[in-house]
Amino acid sequence: MKKLLRNRESLLVMIIAIMIAGFATRAPGFAAPGNLANIFNDTSILIILALGQMTVILTKSIDLSVAANLAFTGMAVAMTNAAYPDVPLALLIVMAIGIGAFLGAINGYLIWALQIPPIVVTLGTLTIYRGMAFVLSGGGWVNAHQMTQSFLNAPRLPVLGLPILSWVAIIIVVGAWFVMTRLPFGRAAYASGGNPTAAVYAGIDTGKTRFFAFMLSGALAGLCGYLWVSRYAVAYVDVAIGFELDTVAACVIGGISIAGGVGSVAGALLGALFLGIIKNALPVIGISPFAQMAISGVVIVLAVVFNARAERKVGRIILRDRAAPEVSP
Amino acid sequence: MMNGVTQVQDSPPRPAPLVETAPLLEMRGISQIFPGVKALDQVDIKLYPGQVTALIGENGAGKSTLVKILTGIYRPNEGEILVDGQPVVFSAAQAAIDAGVTAIHQETVLFDDLTVAENIFIGHAPRTRFGMIDWSAINKRSRDLLRALESDIDPTIRLRDLSIAQRHLVAIARALSVEARIVIMDEPTAALSRKEIDDLFRIIEGLKRQGKAILFISHKFDEVYEIAENFVVFRDGRAVGHGKLRDTSQHEIVRLMVGRDVKDVFPKTKVEIGAPVLQVQGFSHPTEFHNISFELRRGEILGIYGLIGAGRSELCQALFGVTRPSGGTLTLEGRPLQISSSGDAIRAGIVYVPEERGRHGLALPMPIFQNMSLPSLSRTSRGGFLKAANELALSRRYAERLDLRAAALSVPVGTLSGGNQQKVVIGKWLATQPKVIILDEPTKGIDIGSKAAVHGFISELASEGLSIIMVSSELPEILGMSDRVMVMREGLIAGMFGREQATAETLVRAATGNA
Repeated sequence: MKKLLRNRESLLVMIIAIMIAGFATRAPGFAAPGNLANIFNDTSILIILALGQMTVILTKSIDLSVAANLAFTGMAVAMTNAAYPDVPLALLIVMAIGIGAFLGAINGYLIWALQIPPIVVTLGTLTIYRGMAFVLSGGGWVNAHQMTQSFLNAPRLPVLGLPILSWVAIIIVVGAWFVMTRLPFGRAAYASGGNPTAAVYAGIDTGKTRFFAFMLSGALAGLCGYLWVSRYAVAYVDVAIGFELDTVAACVIGGISIAGGVGSVAGALLGALFLGIIKNALPVIGISPFAQMAISGVVIVLAVVFNARAERKVGRIILRDRAAPEVSP
Repeated sequence: MMNGVTQVQDSPPRPAPLVETAPLLEMRGISQIFPGVKALDQVDIKLYPGQVTALIGENGAGKSTLVKILTGIYRPNEGEILVDGQPVVFSAAQAAIDAGVTAIHQETVLFDDLTVAENIFIGHAPRTRFGMIDWSAINKRSRDLLRALESDIDPTIRLRDLSIAQRHLVAIARALSVEARIVIMDEPTAALSRKEIDDLFRIIEGLKRQGKAILFISHKFDEVYEIAENFVVFRDGRAVGHGKLRDTSQHEIVRLMVGRDVKDVFPKTKVEIGAPVLQVQGFSHPTEFHNISFELRRGEILGIYGLIGAGRSELCQALFGVTRPSGGTLTLEGRPLQISSSGDAIRAGIVYVPEERGRHGLALPMPIFQNMSLPSLSRTSRGGFLKAANELALSRRYAERLDLRAAALSVPVGTLSGGNQQKVVIGKWLATQPKVIILDEPTKGIDIGSKAAVHGFISELASEGLSIIMVSSELPEILGMSDRVMVMREGLIAGMFGREQATAETLVRAATGNA
């Protein structure tokens, strides 16, 4: 893991540490381990979704349908649980991941086979998936009393001092790190985004790589569908509305280039934690809920500006490279 | 005018009626230096009103750089430009337009989704009294301009709906709309049919009568002799000869263009040519090439020469599986070969080093060793898992062999110099241990010193038994390096020459279609 913490990531770690220290001066106990563990647990779902989003962004794409996918999948498992309390939880989780992966695969297929730009496809499926959640539920809610105890409690069970929800996030962070650095798929994702043409020339199927990235993002969104519904003990159509933008913001803050090919698992994790800390800290230090959104927004924009400046270095080299062949054509 | 440079006699045998006029535009001692390359070296050019001056030279001779200086995109490091005898400085593209210089580019730089009239007047649209765009004036003046070019294109239709030849007309109309006095045409005939070329030449004759000075850039000698009065030949960034076409033979111009004793410049080491490795039968593509057949032997370098647009790169991309051919068969070492993707080609042992290393070759944000190992991942991985140690070892081997200069193999490729990036591209393909390596313009845009190193290295590969296809537009390189030369013209094989038969003249004639 140490190797992953290159300059940009260690810088983010420092900024986060300074933030925590700063908030602790205003709200005693903010930096206490228990509170930090709570914040991590609270940010777990964002971390998982940001990792899926990261994989997609690395391939020069974007997945705007993750939150809608989460809402539909969450509704589907909640309704199944309410209607058939005997279905084992493990099966429900497999079902959530499967539905999510299927919805992600639809995105991936449209982008791969029909060559439609990812932002257009996922903007469309965002509406479709949420609309499907509406059709499925008829606009109704699934409330806590309709869900089984195991369905509701599993993510909260403490194991070695941390709730299972946190452990799931940790396992997925490690898994994503493994996939991105140790599997050919990870390398193909970086190459497809870093220079799609060069990737094709090197024998990589960029369409297929993108398809799997979307499927992975969808599968993680599906898993989060269950985690979300269980954690908040309610399922309704507007669950996690707008949350896809938080996942994109987490990636951008974490240094994942929207242009593709640049970024790391550590970056996405830190970007998500950064957002999670701000969201948790602002109410604690007594900032009005009305200002909170604006402040979060300002912070995100600042992070993007910061990111763009760091990226410009690479841009200059590309320009120089272009100028050189121009000498002679 | 210049020392040690071939000069063609300027004095015509008959008194020329037009020559006495003063040049409309003159460039004196223009030099343009890029990091590591001197693109133009002390160039002098004069353009006369009512005359066409042909600019002739191989790719890389500095023609495009000259166009960019004349249109205000580059600022030369040395020398001066005079219009009507007055020195001018083209500090930006607008300054060149204001001075009456306009260029019609090879690939027209127009806007597909705007109308013809908008394209003609973009940037200098006539305004109404209230400062709004005067649409009726735009459309009317566009129609007049096009009619002057003997065309009845409707100025209100979108450019997208026009043929390439019609777009050229729009580009010319645009040039005329700014009342340009000096018109640069950069390979204007490259995409045109013979009939369209005749139309274009009629237009050029009309421009001449209006007293405009024209710089006409072309590879095609027949066209040059047909339309131009004067010529300038560029070689390696220098103007190596100029004069009246009337007094100069085509042979003389080829000699100026190529220089002498080319075979000594790029010596290929003698290699034992072995058995056939790759056989190509009847390779065809719907638009780019047709019925291409040849064979390639072990240790052989097959040069492919031709003009831009002859279908050379497209043929190579089809051999590599990035472009799908419409017909034809491949045989590799006696076994039929199906290639439907670049992955198939790499597995079979055919690799392609593309011309544009930035666009096709490298993922700049990724580390050197990951770029190098990208096509070889199946060999460096173990049980489906990437092994960074193997990738590093592989990269180190080829980095040493190619004398790659980098701080570490884990730094992003984007931080390297152009020459070192080229080494990463070559190393990446050698690492796949290919049987056939296709090099597309391997020395394009690199300086003379690095060129020699690349040529030495290509020779070395051939002597190790690799079969090499080398696409190049540089005659000295083709003549010096190739065991055989295949010349392509308009998608067809225009000739196949052994090392002994291949001369600058035979190749140029085959490539341009002049028997």
